[in-house]
This record gives sequence, structure tokens and C-alpha cells, in this order.
Amino acid sequence: MRAVDGRVWLILPAVSLLAVAFLVPVGWLLSRAFTFPEPGLQNFALLWERPVYMRVMMNTLVISAIVTPVTVLLAFPVAHLMAHGSARLRRWLIFLVLVPFWTSLLVRAFATAILLQRHGVINSFLIGFGLIEEPLPLLYNMTGLLAGCVQVLLPFVIFPLYSSMARIDPGYMRAAATLGAPPVRAFLRVYLPLTLPGLVTGATLVFISTLGYYIIPALLGGARQQMIAQLIQDQIAAFGNWGVAGALSLVLLAITGAMVALLHVTVGLKEIAR
Amino acid sequence: MASAVLELAGVRKRYDSLVAVDDLDLALETGEFLTLLGPSGSGKTTTLMMVAGLQQPDAGRIMLNGGSVASLPPYRRDIGMVFQNYALFPHMTVRRNVAFPLEMRGTPTAEIARLVDEALALVKLPDHGERLPKQLSGGQQQRVALARAMVYRPALLLMDEPLGALDRKLREQLQLEIKRVHRERGISVLYVTHDQEEALTMSDRIAVFNKGRIEQIGTPEELYDRPATRFVASFIGDTNLVEGRVLGVAGGICEIETAAGRIAASTRTPIEAGATVFVAVRPERVVLAPVRAAGAGLEGTIVEQVFLGTSRKYVVRLADGTELVVLRPISDPPFEQAAPAVRLSWAADKATAFSL
Amino acid sequence: MSADGMTPWRLLRGTLVIMVAVFLLAPLAVVVIISFSSAPFLQFPPPGFSLRWYGVLFSTPAWTNALWVSVQLMVPSSIVATILGTAASYGLVRGRVPGARLITACLMLPIIVPGMITAAALFGIYRGLGLNGTLTGLIIGHTVLHIPYVVAVVSSALRVQDVQLEQAAATLGAPPWATFRHVTLPLIMPAVMSSLLIAMILSFDELIVSLFVSSARVRPVAVQMWSNLLGDFDPTIAAIASVCFLFALLVMAADLALRPGRTQGIG
Repeated sequence: MRAVDGRVWLILPAVSLLAVAFLVPVGWLLSRAFTFPEPGLQNFALLWERPVYMRVMMNTLVISAIVTPVTVLLAFPVAHLMAHGSARLRRWLIFLVLVPFWTSLLVRAFATAILLQRHGVINSFLIGFGLIEEPLPLLYNMTGLLAGCVQVLLPFVIFPLYSSMARIDPGYMRAAATLGAPPVRAFLRVYLPLTLPGLVTGATLVFISTLGYYIIPALLGGARQQMIAQLIQDQIAAFGNWGVAGALSLVLLAITGAMVALLHVTVGLKEIAR
Repeated sequence: MASAVLELAGVRKRYDSLVAVDDLDLALETGEFLTLLGPSGSGKTTTLMMVAGLQQPDAGRIMLNGGSVASLPPYRRDIGMVFQNYALFPHMTVRRNVAFPLEMRGTPTAEIARLVDEALALVKLPDHGERLPKQLSGGQQQRVALARAMVYRPALLLMDEPLGALDRKLREQLQLEIKRVHRERGISVLYVTHDQEEALTMSDRIAVFNKGRIEQIGTPEELYDRPATRFVASFIGDTNLVEGRVLGVAGGICEIETAAGRIAASTRTPIEAGATVFVAVRPERVVLAPVRAAGAGLEGTIVEQVFLGTSRKYVVRLADGTELVVLRPISDPPFEQAAPAVRLSWAADKATAFSL
Repeated sequence: MSADGMTPWRLLRGTLVIMVAVFLLAPLAVVVIISFSSAPFLQFPPPGFSLRWYGVLFSTPAWTNALWVSVQLMVPSSIVATILGTAASYGLVRGRVPGARLITACLMLPIIVPGMITAAALFGIYRGLGLNGTLTGLIIGHTVLHIPYVVAVVSSALRVQDVQLEQAAATLGAPPWATFRHVTLPLIMPAVMSSLLIAMILSFDELIVSLFVSSARVRPVAVQMWSNLLGDFDPTIAAIASVCFLFALLVMAADLALRPGRTQGIG
């Protein structure tokens, strides 16, 4: 009796490519944290000591922590309408959410920048209607960054949330109503908890994605919103400092990995197809 | 045996700590319709899968037409298989489905067309060639599956609970269809089911499975009238079980003392006097007589009478509380009183005794 | 929430949804509109209609070269990713491989690891191999980045498909390759094609790895856009952005046509 199916060899090409072109390079980069310019942990010491590094890392966490609830809050009504609206409305909403989803990050960041510029659409609109006199600084600051991230990440919350909501048996809410729960309380105590898996999945996705972002903070954020990915790029392109870059990458990866593990433990990693 | 198309010897299969099939010996004669019957988990499907080559035995030999198949994958064994869920290729028409095995064997195109026509005619679906499986009913799909499995004349046809997904009426229809095809082609069939009525209707012989072992192989009559074990007795048809103590054994017949009277039963295994046994007797083999009639037998009271059209069913309660079911033809006169006392008796060779 | 007696909430919900809808679509709409502007700067609403920026796009060597590089990059990388990913999916789902779940998780890593890390890592390794600034380097990078998406989509399709069909084919005399060719592949073809399209569009849009690995001469569209953005914005950017957007729409339409039952991306 053959112990292993012959078909296992089909896995080999993909796994080999992955090992050679991904695992080895990433491993190499992470190892530089411990070996460049000399073996030891001095790069991590640098991260801890130099204020700029700590500031950027803290910044990144704070920004992710701000983006996540904003995105979730805005995604909630959309997912809700998708799940409980008519089938036709649902199709339109899905289309609405998929179209930007399929468009590249760069294009959408660029588009958001156009809207938020000093002479951009929003400011022209507000000034034109006499609501303000001076253009609002909407770009190259936290506002711009927030707008860009939320724009891009909304679908990542809407879909898992919708998925959870669609699975909620309407019987629960009816039961809550007949048992005397006023609508708000029924929502908070029955509905909301049932959406938790989708909510947590979406929130985690947003958080993890924001942590690693480069394009959006570079295009839409200001100097004070610099994030880890930009710092890594700086260290390599400007200073050739592979050691610090490796250390920063390791920190970023560690936080990301921890969040993924947390998600797996609380919700279980079901395959999200896209 | 020269005429055995399939032989299993000492076949064993385990899943982790669970023994699915344990030391199995089986032989299927050419042209025979043999059913593997048993409850789920008894090992019958696993056995079929091993014959097909979709699973591998841990020990033992499987021989097809005298040659060992141990090293042969399913596509090199001379078998055809029909599945419970039809397994028709959804993206191919009926004709292409049936033609598939012929294409795999490199049969010339003209031959293929002829054989496909013949196969579809055999299952009485000659005009359905261009349909897709999803356009057919369950029964039709299964007939196409049958045609597909037979079109290349395999030595052995394997059927894994093929009628399980169909409703009762359709099941009965298809049972007759399958029997007809079996008769017309004379093909050897290994059939798996958990439905004992189905097994009794269709089979030349039945192998009753329990916990990975075959408890008895025999013709439907043998299994019905002379069950070898208590399991077989209760699995096939309805049966009554009465407990008692053996008084004496002579010439394969035991005399047994029970709480409600003295009875006799035949036995196929050695039983000693003094042993406690269960006697199994079919409801239709029990004779009812008013209690005042003389003779041996059990004494009890009729607690229920049911009119069943062609027969009458009686539930009789014995002194110790045991209830027996008796089935008498409608020609027998009914009992009039409210709770008549009766004597139950039967021919000794129509009841079987099993030790505990 | 029940359908009746919730009007203030439904109003709030409706308002929020409209706001979000505008928020999601307005930027794209604005970009497309500006791409047809006659003014040489990003003014909204544009003063007049003109196709000149599209003209500039298709006549400037920098852009046409970039488009050609993008095509040379996305076609091979997406094809190789699809082939490798499909083979791996088949082996993982149908083969009895010990540690299949672990291997699948590993294959998903390029999606989980932040793009910057992958990009920096590849750049660093390529320096030693002389692969920076080469099309080959880019193709390898993109292939590895997009295999996980293929594996996710094709595995999903394989799991849904009944394994009994393959068993039946085997009992009917089909050796493994014939079974794959005649039974499995036709049935998973929509998923395979879908993942090919996904890989193509992801490659076309990919910026971070491309940014590190490309050079002045080997530069895909996304990188070209990026360097333009860091300089001065002019509506040519809007034109190329609109082209990207149109491409995305086409791919999305093609994918929907392939798999009509799946209007959502959630498994």
C-alpha cells in the first residue's frame, strides 16, 4: 500500500518557488536585524533608544487604532442594508463595493487626494457654497490619511460583516421582540453579538492592513503621520541600513502575526475567498 | 474455485483504532447477484471500496478472475461501479457519460456509438442521449449510471446503495430494472445495502455483515428460515425472541423450558442441556390455538388484534410479560372474546435456538 | 431589526449608506471626469472636454514603455501563478498529504506579510543576484505574490466539487491524468480562469515590490504613475488612472460572466 498519494508532487513547484523567492528573502531580511552591521541585538536597542523609531512605531499603532473603529462604524450600515434589504438593492450594493475594491490602491489614493486638495473638489464645493472662506487642510495630515485608509479598507469590513449578518436567523430578533425587548436593546443584546465573528474578522483585517501601509500614508499623510513601512523604505533607500530595516520589519511582522493568531483563536480562520 | 469471479481471503482493514473489516472470506460466483447487507458501520461499504480499489486493505488477498488485484489501481481493474449519488459527470451529456469508459479504453468511434446505443436501450433510455444529467430525474440518472458502468462489459459490477437516494416507489421500480438487467446480461453483481427487504428481493445470496465480520452467507430462504446467529435472525425480517433453558438435545432439535411453557427449536450450533438460550421464531410460523386445546407450547393472552388486509396480526402476552407477535392469514378464523387465552406452538424446524 | 416601526433608524441607515456610497465612488468618478479635462491642471469641475491627456498617454514613450512592461510582466506571472497554484491546490485538496493545512497556511503567507517587507526582502536578495531592474526579477516577485490568491480560489472550488466524480472516473478506467483532464479541470475551469484574471489585475496594480525592483528602463505602469505623482500632478495621471479603472471594470465584468452565481467574494 502506498503511504503517500503520488499527487503530492503537484504541490512541489509552488512550494519550492515560495521557499526560494519568498521565505528565503524574508528570512534573510529579518536576519539582518541580528547581523548588520555586526552580530548582536544593537539594532533593537536602537529602535528602543532613538525617539524617531519609537515615535513612528507608536504612531503606526495609533493610526491603525483610529482607522479601525471608523471603518467598522461606516461599514456597519452598509453591511446591514446589504443583508436585510431587497435582493435588487443587495446586488447594487455589492457592485458598489466591488468596483472600488477591484481598482488599484494607487488610483484610489490618488483620487482621494484630488478630492481633498486645497483647490480640490471638496474645498471648491464648500467655498463655492459660502460655507467656509479659507480652504480646509484636508490633505497631508491625519484627515487625509484617515480618508484614504477608510476608503480603501471599507470593503474588507463590509464583506465579512455582511457574511455574518446574512447568517443571522431572523427568528432571533422576532423572539427578542415577543419577549419584550425594545428595539435598541434587542439590537445591542441580540443582534450585535451575533455579528461579532464578521465584525472581529473585518476589524482585524483593517488593523493588520493599516499597520503595513505605505502608499496611502506616503500620498495622503503628512510628516507626522509617517508609518513603519515608510521608515523601512527610508532606511534601505536612503541609508542602506539593512539592520534597522530588518529590525523594523521584524517588529511589524510580529505585531501582524500576533493579530492574526488572535483572530484565529477567537474566530477561526475561515477562508475568505478574496 | 474456477468459477469464482471474485475472492476475498483474510481481508482486514482498520481506521486508527477502529476495525472496519476483520478477517473476511468471501467468494462470488460468475453471474451471481451477491448482496452485502448490514447496518451502517458494519464494514460492507468498506469491503466494496476495497474490491473497487478506492481503498486498500491492511491484510489479506483480493482476487478478481483468479488474479490478485493488490497492485492494481481502480482504473486497471475489470470492474464497473454505481454510486448512491449517481456520480454522473455534470458537464457531459448522457451519451458522453456512457461513452467515457469506452474512450478510456481506446475503442474506435463507430464501435462506441453502437455500444452506447445498446447500453441506453438496455436501461430503456434510448432517446435521452443528448440530455445533461441535471435534466434527468433521480431514477433516470441512476439508470444512466448503470448503463455507463456496464457498457464495456466488466467482469464485476459493484453497486454502493444505489437506490438509497430515491423514494420508495422509484426504489421498487429500479429494483426490478436492476434484476432484469442482471438476468439479461448475466453479469456478476456485488451489491451493498442496509435495506433487508431490498436484499431479500434482489439477491441470489446475501452476506450479513455485523461489526466488520460476516455473520452468515446464504440464500434469502436460508437466512430467513435458518438464521445462524441472533443478529441475523433479528436483522432480517421480523422475529420473536423467547428466552428459556435447554432440557435436552436430540438430532439437532432442543427441548426448551420457558416460563410460559415448553417449546422446541432447531439448532445449528452445539448446545448443551441446562444452557440458557434464545429462541427465534417468525411471526407467521406461530400457530394459535385456544388454550384448552391439548399440546405443548406457550400459554399467553391476546392483548391486541390488528386487521392487515391479507393477514391478521396478534400481540400475545406471556405469563412473564414477554410479548410475541403472531401473523395469521386472513383465512384463519378470528378470536372473538375480549382477551382470549391461547396456546402458541410451531414446528421445531421453523424456530432456531441461539445460546447467549 | 424588523422591517416595521424603525423609520428613524432606517433613515439614519439610509443616509449613512448614501454617504458611504458617495465616499467610495466619488473619487473614482472625479478622476474619470478630470481625465477628459481640457485644462492642464487638476481643476474640478473641468473647464472643457478634451481627449488630449489620453493622447499624451499613448504618445509619450515613458507611458507606452510602461504599458508594454506591464503587459510583459502581468501575462507570464499570472499564467505561471495560476498553473502552480492550481497544481498545488489539487495536490492539497485531493492528495492525502500529511501537514496539508500547514502547507496551505505557508502558501498564504505572501498575503499576510506586509508588502513592504516582501519588497525590501526581494530587493535585498536580488542585489546579490543581479535581478534588480530586470523583467525576470519582477516576474518572479509577482508570481510568488499572487500564488496565494490562486490557491484560495481554486481550493475553494475543488472542495465544493464531489470527489465521487473522480472516483467514478477511476472505476470507469480513467488513469489520474485523464481524470483530471476530462472531469476535474472542466468543472473547476471557472475558478481557474477567475484566479487568472485576479492575478493579472493584481499584477497590473502592484506597486510596492515593483517600486523596489524596477529601474528607469524596466518600469511598469504603477511605478511610472508613482514617480509622476511625487512630482507634479497633471491630468495625464488622471487618464492613466482611468485606464486602470476601466481595466478593472472589464476584468470584473469578465469574472462575473464566468461565475454568474457568485456576485460576492465571500466563501
